[in-house]
Amino acid sequence: MNAISISNLEKVYPGEGEAYALKGIDLEVEEGDFFGLLGPNGAGKSTAIGIICSLVNKTAGKVLVFGQDIDATPVAVKASIGMVPQEFNFSVFEKVKHIVVNQAGYYGLERGLAYEHAEYYLKKLGLWEKRNVQARLLSGGMKRRLMIARALVHEPRLLILDEPTAGVDIELRRSMWDFLREINANGTTIILTTHYLEEAESLCRNLAIIDNGRIVQHTSMKDLIAQLDSETFVLDLARPIGILPEAPGCVLRKVDSQTLEVDVPKEQAINEIFTCLSDKGIEVLSMRNKTNRLEELFLDLVKTNNPKPSTTKAAHAH
Amino acid sequence: MRTRQTFVAFKTILFKELMRFTRIWVQTILPPAITMVLYFIIFGNLIGPRIGEMGGFNYMEYIVPGLIMMSIITSSYANVVSSFYSSKFQRSVEEVLVAPVPHYVILLGFTLGGVARGLIVGTLVTLVSLFFTDLHIHNFFITVAVVILTAVVFALGGFINAIFAKSFDDISIVPTFVLTPLTYLGGVFYSINLLPEFWQKVSLINPILYMVNAFRYGILGVSDINVGIAFVIIGLFVGILFGVGIYLLHRGVGLRT
Ligand SMILES: Nc1ncnc2c1ncn2[C@@H]1O[C@H](COP(=O)(O)OP(=O)(O)O)[C@@H](O)[C@H]1O
Ligand SMILES: [Mg+2]
Repeated sequence: MNAISISNLEKVYPGEGEAYALKGIDLEVEEGDFFGLLGPNGAGKSTAIGIICSLVNKTAGKVLVFGQDIDATPVAVKASIGMVPQEFNFSVFEKVKHIVVNQAGYYGLERGLAYEHAEYYLKKLGLWEKRNVQARLLSGGMKRRLMIARALVHEPRLLILDEPTAGVDIELRRSMWDFLREINANGTTIILTTHYLEEAESLCRNLAIIDNGRIVQHTSMKDLIAQLDSETFVLDLARPIGILPEAPGCVLRKVDSQTLEVDVPKEQAINEIFTCLSDKGIEVLSMRNKTNRLEELFLDLVKTNNPKPSTTKAAHAH
Repeated sequence: MRTRQTFVAFKTILFKELMRFTRIWVQTILPPAITMVLYFIIFGNLIGPRIGEMGGFNYMEYIVPGLIMMSIITSSYANVVSSFYSSKFQRSVEEVLVAPVPHYVILLGFTLGGVARGLIVGTLVTLVSLFFTDLHIHNFFITVAVVILTAVVFALGGFINAIFAKSFDDISIVPTFVLTPLTYLGGVFYSINLLPEFWQKVSLINPILYMVNAFRYGILGVSDINVGIAFVIIGLFVGILFGVGIYLLHRGVGLRT
């Protein structure tokens, strides 16, 4: 069964402009999957998550969670989801343990059981020592983990995390990743939004890339990486060149008169290019790898979908 | 099967509400008690004897029911409006919105939280009033019923106010410009029989008049208006405000974009 089936989901936020935040997206997430929803700021990730979790009203489309329609059976749907939102949304004056225990109560867990679960997850997330502290006194990383404990306290079948590692330091991020892998291995379906590719690469089996309210790629991580059939290098030349030389088996581009870029297919040896260039009397001073390959592909996909480079507004939104 | 879970969710909301205002009792319970002591001293003890009788009772006895009612109205309204608005403001309201909690349970939980504060404050003010006057209850059932229904009306009102509120200013506008004037003009301090006939008629459109008078009837056995009608009107308010609250939650007004 699919944990999530979304068809033709649209969202228009009211207000002047009537801008579409989601322009009819389709999305399928299998039960048990670790699924990544990737996209730049303002792409519509939080909007999609908000609709699944009943925090945002959709404009059009259909959303099924474990086969149940969110409009027809909202209560059953809500019971099966645990959500970690992008922004902190707990009462800052409440104690850590009460935040988690009360959440369990909203999901119908009796007080005794609620305390048991709260203890288990607070310990798991390293917050047990802080259980009697007001939430406002926690560090950013702890607040994030508090929201994860709160989302898990009723042991949902589906855990949705909206940019859970934003603003979390590297060490903590890694331990969070390990924890999420463990939860997923125990059978919980996980959907995670992020704009860090590295995060998706390290965690997700399947993913969708969303940009400007559209899904531009919906595939497995393996297939996405397979698309990276070549690597790009930047070559700094000793002397300016006139015309672009040809090199068999790879694509050369002139960045400026003294810099070349070359896409080298995976199976091709790099020294062939050097041989070819030195045959033509071109001397290479230095060579470097051009940025992260995945990052590149990601930006490519997003650029194709978004001809004008106007991401300023989105950048301000967060 | 879900009934049990729904009830647990209700208990959780209500318990959390009770914890909230008892934790900050210096802000929530104490102030109305102090204000009422001042009213008792100034209007009852100092000015009262010069006013003489009203409705066949001395002035202190006459205003005590009105003042108790006033503290209940203010407290139940204030509790829900500030609690629900701040949970919107801090977005912790999302904790209940993502959970399988039916809307009527959210509304009931917050409302009864406000009712509880109204009743606690009302009881405290009643106890304080015993230092100033003797209180004989004419009809216990009517007294308690009016108190609870009135607290429900204003707790619901506070909830609706919080739903529409977009800033902390918005949660004090209604109490300042609507509730306080209506309460003062609702026969807390005087019998409307003192008013010219025209203003007596105008007073009859003030719902608080019915609550104060029904309550005064419960305690003293005197009222400016028919107690049966008062119950019908209060009951209507409960029904209408509850319906409006549910409707607003379903629409997600002020809660879901
Ligand atoms: N409450 C809102 N009102 C109006 N526009 C919004 C609101 N929330 C998000 N948007 C807009 O919708 C688009 C998608 O936002 P969002 O879903 O938050 O993106 P992401 O989570 O991918 O960064 C953005 O253009 C954003 O400005
Ligand atoms: Mg977002």
